[in-house]
Amino acid sequence: MSELIENAAGRFVPTQIHAREFIPYQGVGKFIPQGRKYAPPIRSCAHYPADGNKVAPSLVEALHRAGLADGMTISSHHHFRDGDRLMAQVFAAATELGVRDLIWQPTATFPCHAPFTTYLENGLIHHIEGSLNGPLGRFASKGKMRGVSVLRSHGGRYRALQDGDAHVDIAVIAAPAADAFGNASGVIGPSACGPLGFALADAQYADHVIVATDHLIPFPCYPWHIQGNYVDQVVVLDQIGDPARIVSGTTQVTRSPDHLLIAEYAARFVREAGIMRPEFSFQAGAGGISLAFTVFLRDMMAEAGVKARFIRGGSTRYLVEMLERGLTDYILDGQSFDLEGVRSLRDNPAHLDTSPFTSYNYHGKGNFAGLVDCVVLGATEVDVDFNANVVTHSDGVIQHGIGGWQDTLFAGCTILTVPTFRDRVPIIRERVTTLCGPGELIDVVVTERGIAINPRRVDLIDALRNTRLPLRSLAELKAEAEAICGGAPDTPPTTERVISVVTWVDGTVLDAIRQVSL
Amino acid sequence: MEGVIATAGMHGGDVRSDCWVQVEEATGQPQLHLTSRVEALYGQSIRTLLRETLAALGAADLSVTLDDSGALPYTITARIEAAVYRLRPQTGSTVLPEMNSITQYPTNRQRLRRSRLYLPGNTPKFFINAGLHRPDGVILDLEDSVPATEKDTARLLVRNALRAVNFYDAEKMVRVNALPVGLDDIRLLAPHGVHVFLLPKVESSDEVVAVDRLLTQLGVDSFLIPILESAKGVLHAWPIATASHRVVALAIGLEDYTADLGTPRTVEGRESLWARSQVINAARAAGVQPLTSVFSNIDDQAALLAWTKGERSLGFEGAGCLHPRQIALIHQAFAPTLDEIEKAKHIVDAFNAALTGGQGVVRVEGMMVDAPVVARARQLLQTVHES
Repeated sequence: MSELIENAAGRFVPTQIHAREFIPYQGVGKFIPQGRKYAPPIRSCAHYPADGNKVAPSLVEALHRAGLADGMTISSHHHFRDGDRLMAQVFAAATELGVRDLIWQPTATFPCHAPFTTYLENGLIHHIEGSLNGPLGRFASKGKMRGVSVLRSHGGRYRALQDGDAHVDIAVIAAPAADAFGNASGVIGPSACGPLGFALADAQYADHVIVATDHLIPFPCYPWHIQGNYVDQVVVLDQIGDPARIVSGTTQVTRSPDHLLIAEYAARFVREAGIMRPEFSFQAGAGGISLAFTVFLRDMMAEAGVKARFIRGGSTRYLVEMLERGLTDYILDGQSFDLEGVRSLRDNPAHLDTSPFTSYNYHGKGNFAGLVDCVVLGATEVDVDFNANVVTHSDGVIQHGIGGWQDTLFAGCTILTVPTFRDRVPIIRERVTTLCGPGELIDVVVTERGIAINPRRVDLIDALRNTRLPLRSLAELKAEAEAICGGAPDTPPTTERVISVVTWVDGTVLDAIRQVSL
Repeated sequence: MEGVIATAGMHGGDVRSDCWVQVEEATGQPQLHLTSRVEALYGQSIRTLLRETLAALGAADLSVTLDDSGALPYTITARIEAAVYRLRPQTGSTVLPEMNSITQYPTNRQRLRRSRLYLPGNTPKFFINAGLHRPDGVILDLEDSVPATEKDTARLLVRNALRAVNFYDAEKMVRVNALPVGLDDIRLLAPHGVHVFLLPKVESSDEVVAVDRLLTQLGVDSFLIPILESAKGVLHAWPIATASHRVVALAIGLEDYTADLGTPRTVEGRESLWARSQVINAARAAGVQPLTSVFSNIDDQAALLAWTKGERSLGFEGAGCLHPRQIALIHQAFAPTLDEIEKAKHIVDAFNAALTGGQGVVRVEGMMVDAPVVARARQLLQTVHES
């Protein structure tokens, strides 16, 4: 690895990783690349079966035909979340083929992938790129993974494939339903999961695309969330997902009184700031506080007779209910978190399928993220300059993928909902442990002890001039939390070795993550 | 009996904001073992606190294992003290967290007591944010929510919480155990800023008198709320309400009361109508506030609102809360009516006019108005302003 260079955010980052050049972060909207986009190899219909039947006899055979070799990059997608039963079969097949040093590029990892540490240890997988969660993040943070993991947001990942920053040799797309031509649908079959948008970039840019399904149906498989024209081979397996873990039966709002208080403050803020007005739009995830925010805002909208133009998903039964009650014209859905979300996407023409291309791609001709009036997000840390961390905890260990978090910061009003401390871990810090989101894009921090508005947002400060909401500065909130926790926390010890970097949506390097020494 | 090993506190998967301490007589050099979920952030600070606490307890010769699940400092010292005390009951030393000035604020007889939030006294994770939900009072409970084997540890934890935790202007209440154990609870806690002691299962005025005497002896001016939760207690409501000038309210405990009657508690509450009316009547006659019980189904918000409105219409002024999300609804149910708001405005205006006019006696609609009545009217208007 090259020596480290200080970037525009004051973070020291490498400029070369695995012999590839990386550009240090230059600021929001500063890096303007030139040149042309990456293109996948030309394919010809002459090389595919005239009858459109691309079904391979087995996963091993499909990987063999795809030319799987040492050092190749295999990608996968997290629309099955913790219910993924495909990648274990893929890596078992790769083991059978005797290859080594693969690079795995998932859009996100889940607890079900924890056993893959075995493959990192035995050499089948060299390293994981793109996203690390939970046990795999801890594994990497302790320095047990070879190589350096380049972390990207969902939009950043689409951009990386499109720009040629990242290359996928073989994409394996899990399809709840598919036909022999490779058309794949996310809303049919026992593993129905909702949209398949996370796989779109791979379908378009990978050298070789395999669709795997446990529900093969006659052509045409429609709605074709992934079009068979991108697909090289189709593999039929007994089971590719565990339906109970793909989507929850019903998502539930948190019962934590503190989280409910934060969610209620956030909803009241959105109302009082004038963001909640006819034809507005918002995005909130399915996490505890975000979901509760949606429920509070729903009731305020109903009371005030305000209808949204659209709500960006992850869809849940709460969004579906709002759509069906006429509280929004549309749901724009990137992934469905429960069965109601899947049903609605399948049956309701006002429930629209979106992808990281439409929603988040930074090197597109605009994207939807900026059209959203407000977004409510979580974070692991926020500092007094509104910079935020979503990847590591304060102990420096990688715990979460970036997901769409960075991409959505471009919303009209970005609201972070965080407690001032969790147990005894202060969340409001002097300086975030890992920089994932520049403070200039973060407008409001809502905590259980008060709401801080970014001083840049004079308009919001004006709008809230006469509010009864508890407006505070981040410095005050930090001081109060530290007084409760028993002083400012120590800086966790790390080694010098960089094990991962956080890229910004434009591909520049925002921060470096080091191996922890504890 | 003294042993060679003792433990206190909680640890394990679901435990948060608590810690577990084991102390033992050292064979050779005393050893300190710490495991902490916040090792990277506060490991050194916890080690220092552990050493200082042991030294102050005269227990630096003990070997200690501390398993920390993110406990705040006042919890850690309470757990260490409890473990040392269990090992050496005769030790006599205590370690008090610094009295946090932000936790010191006054109360008054007439203040609103619409909501009082129960906090299990041995579960520190519920303490820290309780005041943020704006209950009129918080109850640090040593009685039913604390198992018999943990009364000693809960007492120390509650003592430390009274000194260290900011309850954001909520009246600080402690529900002690029934007498005679309750007298020990009071003896330990009275010096640490308790606004109100709740006395459970009171059946006679003698109990209130005994507590009154003890508090006077200790030189503290805490108020009392006797809880009537038996047939006998309800029958003696009047002597109990008038047993001490410290009594500011009478509360009824319906779970125990209906059990004593031998009938299940129902939502409509026909079985306890007489008891509730009796408590209200006695409280009003004694010039103290009548407070009703808790509503147990914390998931049914609509039923809570309807029930509380019913209790208000009977004459109650406040209810107990088992979950912070009940607070806002209870306040809504006890919100003053337009008539009451008008009357309060009237009283405050008349009082102000009398002040400027130099009159000694204030009359509103023919009724004498004294300072507490004015204070209460002001308080009512303040809550209207705030909600």
